[in-house]
Amino acid sequence: MAVLEGAVFAILLTCLLVIIRLYIVVKTGPNYKPGAKGPVAVLVVAGSGGHTTEILRLMESLSAAYTPRHYVIADTDRMSEEKICTFESSRHFDSESQFTICRIPRSREVHQSWASSVLSTLDALRYSLPLVFRLRPDMVLCNGPGTCVPLCVAGLLLGILGMKKVLLVYVESICRVQTLSLTGKILYPLSDYFFVQWSSLRDKYPKSIFLGRIV
Amino acid sequence: MKTVFVTVGTTSFDELIESITSPETVQALKARGYERLVLQVGRGSLLPAADSCPHIRLQAYRFKDSIAEDIKQADLVISHAGAGSCLEALGAGKSLLVVVNDKLMNNHQLEMARQLHMDSHLLYCTCSTLTQTLRTMDLSVLQPFLPGQPKNFANFLDKALGVQ
Repeated sequence: MAVLEGAVFAILLTCLLVIIRLYIVVKTGPNYKPGAKGPVAVLVVAGSGGHTTEILRLMESLSAAYTPRHYVIADTDRMSEEKICTFESSRHFDSESQFTICRIPRSREVHQSWASSVLSTLDALRYSLPLVFRLRPDMVLCNGPGTCVPLCVAGLLLGILGMKKVLLVYVESICRVQTLSLTGKILYPLSDYFFVQWSSLRDKYPKSIFLGRIV
Repeated sequence: MKTVFVTVGTTSFDELIESITSPETVQALKARGYERLVLQVGRGSLLPAADSCPHIRLQAYRFKDSIAEDIKQADLVISHAGAGSCLEALGAGKSLLVVVNDKLMNNHQLEMARQLHMDSHLLYCTCSTLTQTLRTMDLSVLQPFLPGQPKNFANFLDKALGVQ
């Protein structure tokens, strides 16, 4: 009995510690300035289709200070890799392009049910954790494909374990006018910078940043 | 040669491909002076053969590295509601008709199409109203679409992250 009580106590204590750490990690975002120390390593979650087009428009505007750039794409995606390579080769100001492309399983196909979405998201975590722990980016930039969630969770875990603060920068897709995407709803309380592109969303989500259309 | 370019992006949208190649829709396109139809059908199960529509020059493919050239050559773009496709067509200054796929789970894409329609940047319809829309649409009411400003995002992030 004592062993059981001890185990329950240990589990509860661990949960409490994780929650406290998570709170601290999320709260320290605004004070964390990796750019002051040198180049900012970025993990870019490209996802698929329109998400890729949108995120590349954002990447286009970022200076060479955001180096290296690691792009994560879904393994069922065809167009994204080509788009990323075309984009990277057009960046003239880099003496040599510093980017990599990583593939992980797509966590939600368009016609997939919610139940199997949860399962494949958990499955994607198996690939996301080693990837993020190996790359140790300064920030994760994402804009809504299901693949974002496991990668951001992995980034948070680096912070919770005290290994590295990973800034989570989320840009809600321009196609969201009145409601956040499921990914947006999950990442709204967890992200350090949360951008929306329509004023109607800014009014509903006070923590969000609205700079007009940015893609 | 007046051209219509139809794009479904990385997904599949068989219903649109079926509607656009139906005899009455092709007739509506001909009536408006369109003589060439280019289809990007994505992962759909339909890939119409070039000779399947006798009254219009038809060309269909699944994917290309870039659809920019097809958009550039088109006089009218008919697209699914995906943000990337819509923005690419509007960014190229093309008249855009968005066909909403009402069978998609939690059809959020309707939001942007509706908003851009309210702001007079595009026309929109569903597959069941496509033919009628093509017959009656007035492209001259469309307003030019100004590009978004990613530089504002970059400036904000530079400041927030302390980038020199």
